[in-house]
Amino acid sequence: MDESEGRPVDRRGFIKDAAVGAAAFAAPGKLMADQTESHDHSHGHDHDHDHDHQDVPPDIALRVRALESVLVEKGMVTSAALDVIVDTYENRIGPRNGAEVVAKAWVDPAYRERLLADGTAAIGELGHLGGQGEHMKVVENTPEVHNLVVCTLCSCYPWPTLGLPPAWYKSSAYRARAVIEPRTVLSEFGLDVPEDVEVRVWDSTAEIRYLVLPERPAGTEDMSQEELAGIVSRDSMIGVARVEAPAGGPSGGDQ
Amino acid sequence: MNTIHDMGGMDGFGPVEPEENEPVFHHRWEGRVYALTRAVGPWGRGREWPSFRYTLESIPPVEYLSMSYYERWFRMMTTRLLVSGLISETELETGYPDAGAPRPELLPSSNPRSLGAGLLDMDVPARFGPDDRVRARNLHPRGHTRQPRYVRGRQGTVVEDYGVYALQDTDEDGRRPLDRRPQHVYSVRFEAQELWGERAAAGDAIYVDLWEDYLEPA
Repeated sequence: MDESEGRPVDRRGFIKDAAVGAAAFAAPGKLMADQTESHDHSHGHDHDHDHDHQDVPPDIALRVRALESVLVEKGMVTSAALDVIVDTYENRIGPRNGAEVVAKAWVDPAYRERLLADGTAAIGELGHLGGQGEHMKVVENTPEVHNLVVCTLCSCYPWPTLGLPPAWYKSSAYRARAVIEPRTVLSEFGLDVPEDVEVRVWDSTAEIRYLVLPERPAGTEDMSQEELAGIVSRDSMIGVARVEAPAGGPSGGDQ
Repeated sequence: MNTIHDMGGMDGFGPVEPEENEPVFHHRWEGRVYALTRAVGPWGRGREWPSFRYTLESIPPVEYLSMSYYERWFRMMTTRLLVSGLISETELETGYPDAGAPRPELLPSSNPRSLGAGLLDMDVPARFGPDDRVRARNLHPRGHTRQPRYVRGRQGTVVEDYGVYALQDTDEDGRRPLDRRPQHVYSVRFEAQELWGERAAAGDAIYVDLWEDYLEPA
């Protein structure tokens, strides 16, 4: 049955072997990662620790690996460059950037005014512009208006301030429902918007990306900008959550 | 194109399901797909790749719905690489370059005056301004468009002029017009009940960003 027996292992053989390996190790854990690497003799991807195979059709992981392999060998990409991109979005760019913008707007009224008048320039002051965040509009929640951001056609999202979008933001359910029944969607997130508050849904159909400036919660008057940034959630900047004051006050919930 | 990606207002997809402490990528291959998609970008120059969004939207609807987000990206990326001859089916299957295949070279843009997707510093007259009443034209192009179906024929009010941007629409083969038709993009407010009738709450509104070509005076 093993057609490659007695022959040099070519890439087709590698893919076939690896597929057998992935299918044989349905359980997660180090054994699988080790086994996968032992099949990886001709590639040297020493960073390949795919611990979640049990949830993935093994086929897609292998096809992606084959594509990376061939593009590297053709000189079109380097694995090191891919590592940098992955690391950037896993570890460096995320909702902490947006939280910094929100916290500054809460403590600095002049900044808040600039932010609402020209989101791009004001976010640029903090250095959080870039791909999928070149043109920013900030919309402010008030006692009269609640804002919610969606991209019905795709998955447009302000990467430099919020990172890559969560799966629910990209889901069919959210894309389909946020525009026709935003209040129902919000209630499923645990946020009931009173009838006398206007809901505004922003569908990101062009090149402008949206960030919600949530309301500053009562009881946070003594908190510093840094402490405030720590309570601003990603979801509050998409508009599916409010920001809550910490239960025990700014220094934590110990008392 | 009128297909499944344009899903604003559809029913039947069930609840939105947030995940606690969600990782940026759920699997290593998702991160590789994301990074590969970005890293191969320069190779599309001079090769007239079909547009990113057009290629995603061209996935047949039944498949589109059955694929995960990064599976769609993988399909989109490999489609572009295949149609431009940068990789072959065999290479994609084996992970090994075809024997004797020449190494691809980066090309200059085939349209040096091509406009990017961002805000343009161009003096283009604006047909509309804040508070103007407009109607979204009843357009049904076969290519990519940024005018969602749910606004077509509906009336709204211009709230803000965002400035001049190149039109991102494509022809039915996924190519943009060579001149990119730079024009004003407007934030248009549609009353929720204008779009969804009595199902929506009075006073709520949907704001949609629309290129001037999508609009006519109401």
